Amino acid sequence: MTTPAHPVSLFALYRLCFVVGVFSFGGGITAWFHREVVKVRGWMTDDEFFSGYSLAAILPGVNSTNMAVYVGQHLRGAIGSITALLGLLSAPFVIVIAAAAVYHHLAGLPGFAAVMGGIAAAAVGMLFRLGMMSARNAHRHIPSAVALAATFFAIGIMQWPLLPVLLVLAPLSIAASWPRKTDEKTAEAKPADEKSPPEGSGNA
Amino acid sequence: MRDDPLIQLILVIAPLSLLAIGGASAIYAPLQQQTVDVHQWLTGREFIELFAIARVTPGPGSMITTLIGWKVAGWLGALVATLALYIPCSVLCFAVARTWNRYRGSKWHTAIENGLRPIGAGLMIAGGVGMLRIENSGWLAWIVAFIVLAIMTWRSMTHPMLLLAVGAGIFLAARAVS
Repeated sequence: MTTPAHPVSLFALYRLCFVVGVFSFGGGITAWFHREVVKVRGWMTDDEFFSGYSLAAILPGVNSTNMAVYVGQHLRGAIGSITALLGLLSAPFVIVIAAAAVYHHLAGLPGFAAVMGGIAAAAVGMLFRLGMMSARNAHRHIPSAVALAATFFAIGIMQWPLLPVLLVLAPLSIAASWPRKTDEKTAEAKPADEKSPPEGSGNA
Repeated sequence: MRDDPLIQLILVIAPLSLLAIGGASAIYAPLQQQTVDVHQWLTGREFIELFAIARVTPGPGSMITTLIGWKVAGWLGALVATLALYIPCSVLCFAVARTWNRYRGSKWHTAIENGLRPIGAGLMIAGGVGMLRIENSGWLAWIVAFIVLAIMTWRSMTHPMLLLAVGAGIFLAARAVS
């Protein structure tokens, strides 16, 4: 998968984010984003996507909107970020208000809660799959596996606050990934994204 | 000027944007305190109701702020509240993403990328577990999540809409049986 030769059109970016936004129930929609952006359209590589996810999850804000900003920036710079964010939020903005206006009717519908619960649970399953893919694609060495397990344990099981956990784990994990002489081969074997020109410089 | 409800909305919501570290769950407590106790824009019960609506509709659960803005000042209030929540963190994310992509290929970039990646994967899986915890639908939600995981492992290009429908179908079937 390579960076596309032509810049992605803003309309195509808006349309993709709009569709993902309409179906982003329960928050586990990153998997859908990954499928469309990386697998179907080839706009980004796996490495670029997962690298962006790490940033989106670590920075303040909502993962999905941060991810849209990251994808938009990567593809089209500032205007791309704005387009992606608007695309992601415009449908939910209208739907959430419409739902609030008719909430008491909606909640009374038989099966409404079940459908929503099922959709949310399925979205979580998609997220699990993506997490596994990201883990498998990660540098295959023990410190990475330890970092993943420790992060999951601290946040997912113990529910400790993110910031202190990150302040401890991130420096350790980065230090463990610092290229040493024995790693040079692995570094050189890294895929083509290292050769691609720095994105967004034209829009800077 | 400071009494203008739109200004008030911005003053309450915008700071929360940068407080939402580790996702929006960090903002609900201060949001409730500000909107219910301090400004009395809505009752505690209404807050819970709006929270539930934002969760079952598409879009981030943090769009409860959109609904609060709507309650306070109509459509314009909804727009202002939404922008107040998403602009500050988006600007920060944009700045970091641009810097980040500019240095792609350098040694330290690769090291940071490789170091953060397993942490991102851990957060992703932890986020899924957290959602199952919030959904509060017990073991059935876990079963659906793992069925979807199995389908995606087996057929990676299955359309997401089909997967969501499978989840909804299983929940409806379970409801019919019980």
